[in-house]
Amino acid sequence: MSDRAPEVAETPKSSSAPPPAADHGHAHDDHGHDDHGDHDPIHAANPHLAHHFDTPQQQFDAGKLGIWLFLLTEVLFFAGLFCAYTVYRAMRPEVFVYAHYFLDTRLGAINTCVLLVSSLTAAWAVRNAQLGQHALLKLNIVITICCAFGFLGIKYVEYHHKFEDGLLPGPRFAPTEQVWELPSFKAKHPEAAEYAERLVKRAEKLEGSKQGAAVPAPAVLGGAAPTSSTVAGNPPAAASAAATGSAPLAPGAVVEAKPELPHGTTTSAGTSPAETAPEKTLLSETTQNGEGRPTLEQVEPLIAAGVIGPKAENRDVPSRPRNAHVFFSVYFFMTGLHGIHVAVGIGVWIWMLLKAMKNEFGPNYFGPIDYTALYWHLVDLIWIYLFPLLYLIH
Amino acid sequence: MASPSTTADVVATPSSSDSDNYLTHDKGIASWLLTLDHKRIGVMYLASVLTAFALGGTFALILRTELLTPGKTIIEHDTYNQMFTMHGAIMVFLVIIPGIPAALGNIALPLQLGAKDVAFPKLNLASYYLWVLGAVCMLTSLVTSAADTGWTFYAPYSTTTQTNVIPAAMGAFILGFSSIFTGLNFIVTIHKLRPPGMGWFRMPLFTWALYSTALIQVLATPVIGITLLMMMVERTLHIGIFDPTLGGDPVLFQHFFWFYSHPAVYIMVVPGFGVIGDIIPVFSRKRIFGYKFIAVSSLAIAFLGFLVWGHHMFVAGQSLLAGSIFSAITFLIAIPTAIKVFNWITTMYKGRIHLDTPMLYALAFLWVFTIGGLTGVFLAVMSVDVHLHDTYFVVAHFHYVMMGGAITALLGGIHYWWPKAFGRMYNEKLGRIGAVTVFVGLNVTFFPQFILGSRGMPRRYYNYLPEFQPLHQLSTFGAYMLGVGFLMTAVYLIQSLRKKPDAPANPWGSRTLEWTISSPPPYYNFHTPPTVTRGPYDDYEDLVYDPKIKGYVEKKSGRAASA
Amino acid sequence: MTMVSPLLLLQPATNLPKFPESDEFWMPLDASVTAHDTDWLYMFMVWGSVIFAVAIFAAMFYFVRVYRAKSREANEHAEPSSEHNTTLEITWSVIPMFIVVALFVWGFQGFVSLRTPPKGALEIQATGQKWKWLFDYPHGTEDALHVPVNVPVRVVIHSVDVLHSLYLPNFRVKMDAVPGRYTDLWFQATKVGDFPIFCAEYCGTSHSDMLSHVIVHAPGDYEKWLAEQKKKLEDIPLPELGKLLYQKQGCSTCHTIDGTRLIGPTWKGMFGRTEKFTDGKSLAVDENYIRESILDPQAKVVDTYPPSMPTYQGKLSDRQLSGIIEYIKSLK
Repeated sequence: MSDRAPEVAETPKSSSAPPPAADHGHAHDDHGHDDHGDHDPIHAANPHLAHHFDTPQQQFDAGKLGIWLFLLTEVLFFAGLFCAYTVYRAMRPEVFVYAHYFLDTRLGAINTCVLLVSSLTAAWAVRNAQLGQHALLKLNIVITICCAFGFLGIKYVEYHHKFEDGLLPGPRFAPTEQVWELPSFKAKHPEAAEYAERLVKRAEKLEGSKQGAAVPAPAVLGGAAPTSSTVAGNPPAAASAAATGSAPLAPGAVVEAKPELPHGTTTSAGTSPAETAPEKTLLSETTQNGEGRPTLEQVEPLIAAGVIGPKAENRDVPSRPRNAHVFFSVYFFMTGLHGIHVAVGIGVWIWMLLKAMKNEFGPNYFGPIDYTALYWHLVDLIWIYLFPLLYLIH
Repeated sequence: MASPSTTADVVATPSSSDSDNYLTHDKGIASWLLTLDHKRIGVMYLASVLTAFALGGTFALILRTELLTPGKTIIEHDTYNQMFTMHGAIMVFLVIIPGIPAALGNIALPLQLGAKDVAFPKLNLASYYLWVLGAVCMLTSLVTSAADTGWTFYAPYSTTTQTNVIPAAMGAFILGFSSIFTGLNFIVTIHKLRPPGMGWFRMPLFTWALYSTALIQVLATPVIGITLLMMMVERTLHIGIFDPTLGGDPVLFQHFFWFYSHPAVYIMVVPGFGVIGDIIPVFSRKRIFGYKFIAVSSLAIAFLGFLVWGHHMFVAGQSLLAGSIFSAITFLIAIPTAIKVFNWITTMYKGRIHLDTPMLYALAFLWVFTIGGLTGVFLAVMSVDVHLHDTYFVVAHFHYVMMGGAITALLGGIHYWWPKAFGRMYNEKLGRIGAVTVFVGLNVTFFPQFILGSRGMPRRYYNYLPEFQPLHQLSTFGAYMLGVGFLMTAVYLIQSLRKKPDAPANPWGSRTLEWTISSPPPYYNFHTPPTVTRGPYDDYEDLVYDPKIKGYVEKKSGRAASA
Repeated sequence: MTMVSPLLLLQPATNLPKFPESDEFWMPLDASVTAHDTDWLYMFMVWGSVIFAVAIFAAMFYFVRVYRAKSREANEHAEPSSEHNTTLEITWSVIPMFIVVALFVWGFQGFVSLRTPPKGALEIQATGQKWKWLFDYPHGTEDALHVPVNVPVRVVIHSVDVLHSLYLPNFRVKMDAVPGRYTDLWFQATKVGDFPIFCAEYCGTSHSDMLSHVIVHAPGDYEKWLAEQKKKLEDIPLPELGKLLYQKQGCSTCHTIDGTRLIGPTWKGMFGRTEKFTDGKSLAVDENYIRESILDPQAKVVDTYPPSMPTYQGKLSDRQLSGIIEYIKSLK
């Protein structure tokens, strides 16, 4: 480890020249923290060497350790968000499946490439600094900055689309399009998309025929009536907890726990079919119209995305999963925080560019470029994790 | 290797009243506000932290006065709730966490390493200004509608209450960065700026403690940062992370919060261990017993501290399995902590003990921390914790370790390094009276609270059942005693600054490097790093007391001390 | 600091719970089957701590006395002694380790028993809300926890707003009330009597007033009491029913009946009064408005009052709602 103090026998890292006796009278000098370097040859020869370091190597090593520690804190900072992501994805996978259809994977992939290129130029810039290649250094810094701006630009476009489409965090979440209407969904699951459309039309017909009377909620796929209260104050999530079977509640709730399979087993073990059999469900409407039971391809993607089934917000008609907004909360928080770090990185790179334009860097002094590039690599690395976690959910 | 290099610089005459030092070197307010000198930054931190302590302490006195009667005494429900919140937030974030590292560490660490400064002086100043900014944010909350969530900000109360939570949380967030930067600075300083001959096991225990603390600061603080950020975003944008009506999970907040806040209590107390570890050998004129064990136990405590956060959540709805793991590991932490206490006491065995003020504080620490630590064991026992959780037993426990541990050590360290930092000795008699008053006050205030808690008195209660009144009154009486003790201490310390500098380089006869230079030190500390040839607590016999200067000098050379 | 909410009245003194007399020093009277284990373990630690602490303090005082230096001028040196002793270090690590392992095991076992309600335990639902505990029985809701003696009782707990914690000190049990989730605790009372209930998780302004009682009935009395309560609610005239519910459902925490302003508007003179709401509209208070405010309190919030009322949807029968309405009408 280069940080071990050398044993006594070695030459100390300090300058070999003994401090001049005249130093005592130097009170009036402000060698406070300026590097006048008139004490010893090492400081004189290295204008960038701070007064409290003895050699440029020591200064560089200290800076290196410092930036690595800082990056460690950044990792821990983001780790909290990744943890929240993990917890919510484990608790509500359907929300994540549902939401990812709304993201533009293409733009995400382009951004990934942009950042990777910028990481390359950043690393190259370090090499340029080490070799004293001033022109190339400046060029690489400029390209890095441009890529960073490009990243932010594409992010802006993505965010803009989301705002337009009503995909906002929290209670402002109000998507203008249904998930099965999205091209991304249609491309992957054409039968499911079509089936969802059909169910919507049937629900509208049913509504119309009942002339606005309070519908006793015939569930899409059978099952008991929904819980009577969703007014804030009763534990609404308890209903979902019941649906996932995780809380010891009244038996009536258990009926909702299992999603109905389309093959006709309308009852799961032990649950009473009495609540399901006599009701006119959309499902039975379908079959009565002689179209046959829906297939797995039609139903499964919709259930996985919480559009229909026990996790859906609305039992009567295809909709979206409960608490779908949580995904977008996590999405905006994580990408937003990452974007802020990109912006800060741009600021630091500009500062480096200004210094590079004065040809300050060279084989004897390239620490700041090295540290900035390290920071930049971390920003890139965080995006490499974010991209699949948010955009490539299957 | 020929003679050590720097000690030639040390002026043999210890009085620095006419020679230049870091306090007198540059004049003017700008030279202080824009200083990069770690000693000046440390002094500014010291003044700031103690001011915050006075504010938090005033709140404590008001709270305890309110608790003199079971019903309303002097303030309303809401004021009480806001006050205990701000008392906790100020004490935790503005006083104890920065406390010893930022104030004493900044002054002493580079000196103990024979260095000219910390690794990143500008970052150090930035740390200080972040502290100031964090303090301003907290004060903003205080003077508007002060947060009333408790310093723990539990959701969903914190995400729905109408009080001004955001500035308080933002303040804590910013203070987190101040803490991170201090820790980062110290880690690099200790790794890279040690002098020749000072291997890891020749570092003073204070340095070891600061190192372990810095590791925790760097690793744990970002998590509270993101937690507070999430809480603030939840409050403003209602994103649904912690609030169940929005699809969130309140217990998740507790996990995130305590993941930082448990290691945070080790940030608070481990530096205290370091101060005690430096004081006891000096005032026993004897090498510390079990140096390696003490040094490594700080690291062990730092590491284990990350694995026990769930012991705050045994009744929060956590699973049995998780709870049992947290409980088991919590017990483990007791072991390295106990080792320290045993080793410190054994150091005194066959020593020659001088009961100056720093030593009185160290002994007080041993007493108060033992009680505090033992009562932590009660809380680690799962079944007993069910009864004691969220009662005054917990309040008593953490005040014993935080007030009794961290604050007592801070005061001990202040008294120990005061002559070095300011070149003046305080009035020793008043120092001893202050130490005894604080010690007695501590015990009278907080011991009755153990009994209150085990008898069922919950915490954060504005009103209480009449049967608890006598113990509350006793506790309040102790609080006033504490207030008097602190006030007295502040007065004689400030008084001492008005004298001419009269402190020798080495009044206590210590062997660590900071005592080899003048009191106060020159602005540059050391021209070149001294070469270290001995451990930090070795060869007290080679020092002899010179009554003329009231300090110790080398027997052979007559110098203050050498490496 | 500004105040958040208007002046609060204290709980009427007659309703304050009280600890039964006990000659214990540390603990309140133990009244449950599991209290004994908790208390035993607690006292084991008290004595263990005393021994440990006394040993440490004795060593400290002894060394200070015996090894006290005369003065600095005397330049006394420490006597030679070893500076490290690995055997000693290991000894005083291992012995405490055995002790803490034992403590962990006992604590864990005790905890498991506290978390494992016996089969067939009597179940009672507890709801925490700012700032009242409500308990559900077959006949309806009460504001105190009534249980029979010597019968295991499992309390299923949840909160309708923020975190609370149900704490029964005499039974040594506690469990957080978490919104959006159900938690539970169980106990078996061994003594007949009236014991305090506290809220043990800070929940705002009146956290310290969120008190209640555990009333442990003698054998046979519990069923009698249940029957009595049922009869009460069925027979009594509506306004009287409303008055009863005013206390038992927690309305009294926020609404007065004498004209004083509390967290919510006073019921005195409310019926027929024209109220103005936070959205600017106003209307005269009638039966429909009262019903709506109970079932969907956020629908119309009276101006200058906080929107903190929880809903009673699903908790009150139609007759009970009518009772409250009639009671309010009677408060001119």
